[in-house]
Amino acid sequence: MVDLTSNLAGITSPNPFWLASAPPTNSAYQVMKAFDCGWGGAVWKTIGEPIVNVSSRYSSVNYKNFRMMGLNNIELITDRSLADNLRELREVKKHYPKHALVASLMVESKRETWHTYVKQVEDCGVDGLELNFGCPHGMSERGMGSAVGQVPDYACQITEWVKEVARTPVIVKLTPNISNIVYPGLAAQKGKADAVSLINTINSITGIDLDTFEPRPKVRGHSSHGGYCGPAVKPIALNLVAALTSHPEFKLPVSGIGGIETWQDAVEFMLLGATNVQVCTAVMHYGFRIVDGLISGLTEWMQAKGFEKLADFRGKTIGRIKDWGDLDLNYKIVASIDRGKCIGCQVCYIACEDGAHQSIALSGDPKDRVPKVLEDVCVGCNLCSLVCPVDGCITMKEVDNGRPSVSWRQYQAKLAAGPAAAH
Amino acid sequence: MGIANPAIPLSPEQIAKNLADIAPAMLAEEAYAEASRCLFCYDAPCTRACPTSINVPEFIKRIAARNIVGAATTILDANLMGASCARACPTEVLCEGACVYNHEKAPPIQIGRLQRFATDPVVLSGKMVLSMAPPNGKKVAVVGSGPGGLAAAGELRRLGYAVTVYEAKDQPGGLNTFGIAPYKLTNADALAEAEYVRKMGVEFVLNTRVGKDISIDKVNDDYAAVVIAIGLGATAPLGITGESIDGVVGATEFIEQVRRDPAKVTVGKRVVVVGAGNTAIDAATEAKRLGADQVTILYRRSEKEKPCYEYEYMLAKKDGVVFQWLTAPVQVQAQRGAVSGLKCVKMKLGKPDASGRPAPEPIAGSEFNFACDMVIKSTGQQKLIELYRQVKGLVERGGKVQVNESMQTGNPKWFAVGDCVSGGKEVVNAAADGKRAAYGIHRMLFGDAAVPVRKPGPRLEKPAPHPPMPF
Ligand SMILES: Cc1cc2nc3c(=O)[nH]c(=O)nc-3n(C[C@H](O)[C@H](O)[C@H](O)COP(=O)(O)OP(=O)(O)OC[C@H]3O[C@@H](n4cnc5c(N)ncnc54)[C@H](O)[C@@H]3O)c2cc1C
Ligand SMILES: Cc1cc2nc3c(=O)[nH]c(=O)nc-3n(C[C@H](O)[C@H](O)[C@H](O)COP(=O)(O)O)c2cc1C
Ligand code: SF4
Repeated sequence: MVDLTSNLAGITSPNPFWLASAPPTNSAYQVMKAFDCGWGGAVWKTIGEPIVNVSSRYSSVNYKNFRMMGLNNIELITDRSLADNLRELREVKKHYPKHALVASLMVESKRETWHTYVKQVEDCGVDGLELNFGCPHGMSERGMGSAVGQVPDYACQITEWVKEVARTPVIVKLTPNISNIVYPGLAAQKGKADAVSLINTINSITGIDLDTFEPRPKVRGHSSHGGYCGPAVKPIALNLVAALTSHPEFKLPVSGIGGIETWQDAVEFMLLGATNVQVCTAVMHYGFRIVDGLISGLTEWMQAKGFEKLADFRGKTIGRIKDWGDLDLNYKIVASIDRGKCIGCQVCYIACEDGAHQSIALSGDPKDRVPKVLEDVCVGCNLCSLVCPVDGCITMKEVDNGRPSVSWRQYQAKLAAGPAAAH
Repeated sequence: MGIANPAIPLSPEQIAKNLADIAPAMLAEEAYAEASRCLFCYDAPCTRACPTSINVPEFIKRIAARNIVGAATTILDANLMGASCARACPTEVLCEGACVYNHEKAPPIQIGRLQRFATDPVVLSGKMVLSMAPPNGKKVAVVGSGPGGLAAAGELRRLGYAVTVYEAKDQPGGLNTFGIAPYKLTNADALAEAEYVRKMGVEFVLNTRVGKDISIDKVNDDYAAVVIAIGLGATAPLGITGESIDGVVGATEFIEQVRRDPAKVTVGKRVVVVGAGNTAIDAATEAKRLGADQVTILYRRSEKEKPCYEYEYMLAKKDGVVFQWLTAPVQVQAQRGAVSGLKCVKMKLGKPDASGRPAPEPIAGSEFNFACDMVIKSTGQQKLIELYRQVKGLVERGGKVQVNESMQTGNPKWFAVGDCVSGGKEVVNAAADGKRAAYGIHRMLFGDAAVPVRKPGPRLEKPAPHPPMPF
């Protein structure tokens, strides 16, 4: 039997799938429905001094025929009153005691203000707090959100203030709009946070109307840079998670966020060390119902792999992300085209010919459209196998070149030891 | 037409419904979705399979990038008849048949419908998109305004010629207007395509049969070159008794009437179509769609040898057309001057004949009467040899005009394209011929250098492979 329960720094939930703090967690109406649908937890839409939102708030990037490969928003924190939010948090917790309910907070950088808010939401019975140091627009101009997340000392300071009064675990939500995620991550740790969550949205301009020259989303002819999320940002999020989880000094549990839509996405975050995951865009696109597929896919996969609990596979990939200088320079693969599967589109040919290393040849006979890999010049870059439209048609085969494994670092060391040692 | 037992006439609405597009125009969303499936093959098989070598992946990519005018430009630049080809081409044996998705057992890209999606907004609205050379001072005559003539005329115009098209009929378009099944190509669309060529600057002289209303010599003297694009003539006779009885009609003549005004066409309750080529299929389905209760196609060979395309065969079967294999007509039966039946004989297959197919042989004593009210003969079209004979030096063989690779006949000034050369192919082949003839004329009159070819610039060697690491 597979056990999906998750425990993030003491916050337990029946499964690792949480709703990220965003429009899907705006109200008790939504969160209660989400829990009924099967979501394990929810981080409430960020609470703070009430704000006013603009109309026209989202815009997106489509890829070919797929909608919303990436989503951008210029929305701020909750625009509902504090009283409403507090009342609804209390109601949700009362009816759904086993689900994780986390309050997200963003307030002005004053110790007393943070203290007041922490006490108020904790009095509603929430299971934890998430400090939103990530929102990249609007709030940052008021000295909040990513304005805090981008300065490690502020992040540490505010975390400390919160920890002075918090009775529940404190998660710090990190912004990806930094040069090195390790600094704010370590700052949160230094401020005694119990966990971090990442990523919040990425600064972006999603598009421009070519007829009117207005940027999107349009607010009376103008726009503002917004926060980018959705499937397009997953690779960036994975990299930032890995940067923290593979850092020797970083010890906090991680809640993974960014572009998660399928169970595979979630597993990838967990293989890189995430304890649980949070989802926003995929729910904004398809609704709460997607959690069924997430749970089923994860369960099936764990069963097939013989994993009983999430911890059995958490972090399994961390050790495999190395510095480039530690990779084996003598590992050699070449492309191999399965003649039986090839449909003759010759896209691999032109990709390699124009875009890579001129290592694929055409037969010269228009009737034989299966290209040939020139193995002696193929550098094993993978490009052809990536562009090939047929699954499993182009595979990369290892070549035994009889050379011992040597990394760049080792090679440099040999060079330093003198020419004799290098040969 | 004196038909003793006519089918109950259909209402105009019903006729319109029955003859409506079988491959309707794509909605934008459908087109974008389909276009985004295209793999953008290199040296694409679809382009190779197209007789006019349309750069299919390029136009589809332009559709996907919402550049419809650009897509139409790519198509029309290769094939001025792109709009009618989009509807009339047997794509399953051409571009779509070559699509690599077929090797994956996935449905091929709907190239024909995408081509229509791109060309309609340009061709039907008369939006000029192609580059045109300034006038070069030379005049060329084109005889016949079918797809072959239109393509030649348009391409000549693009090369700077003053072009006059002579057309025997009252309307331009040839078989695009009077032959192709109406559920594939409407009269309005066929005429719009001819109008597009007119708008490019080509002059049309209708109701004028060259060789009769205007002499060959005059045409020869007045123009620097002439393109013969006269297609084929009337349906060939079956050579059986009773062919002139009321209710016996040639397939192309029958179809022309349908194209002119389907509401005015009377079909019999029971119709027999003799022959199983694509034209026979069209005649049969059109008769069925105009209300015939029962339409039977007689073919003297077996199902295996049927000359029509699989797609057409399925279409006829879907329309409820019945096939009677290994059966040949012997004599038309009449009652009170109108068709009452067709005397037939059963056939068997013998040794291969000149065409390589087994020769059908009558089975002695197997004659039987097939009761029917209308007989449509679809046994090929006659060749318009009278005209060829008047052109000095022109060589024809079996009624097909002989040409070189530039579509030039034995008379260097006279070129020929389309069905009168091929003996009867498709719209797209006629269009390809027309373009080839235009360039042939251009080379003849202005020399090879007048048709520039893009030569690649200089190249350095490809980089040598990286040497192995020194350890
Ligand atoms: C019933 C039928 C259905 C068909 N269906 C399809 C189809 O679905 N798809 C497809 O691709 N192809 C189809 N074809 C074939 C296609 O129509 C022809 O291959 C194509 O039209 C040939 O073009 P063309 O220009 O050579 O001749 P035509 O289209 O035949 O045009 C010849 C023109 O020349 C004119 N003309 C003749 N003599 C003279 C003269 N002396 N002076 C002036 N004008 C003259 C004629 O009036 C006619 O307008 C079909 C053909 C038939 C008969
Ligand atoms: C419209 C919108 C509003 C958001 N509001 C908040 C917010 O109030 N607080 C917060 O911490 N994150 C907010 N986010 C960020 C999400 O919680 C999440 O971190 C981000 O969208 C990445 O996850 P995803 O790719 O699954 O959408 C918002 C995102 C969107 C799209
Ligand atoms: S792996 Fe890279 S270099 Fe080798 S054949 Fe494929 S595309 Fe070319």
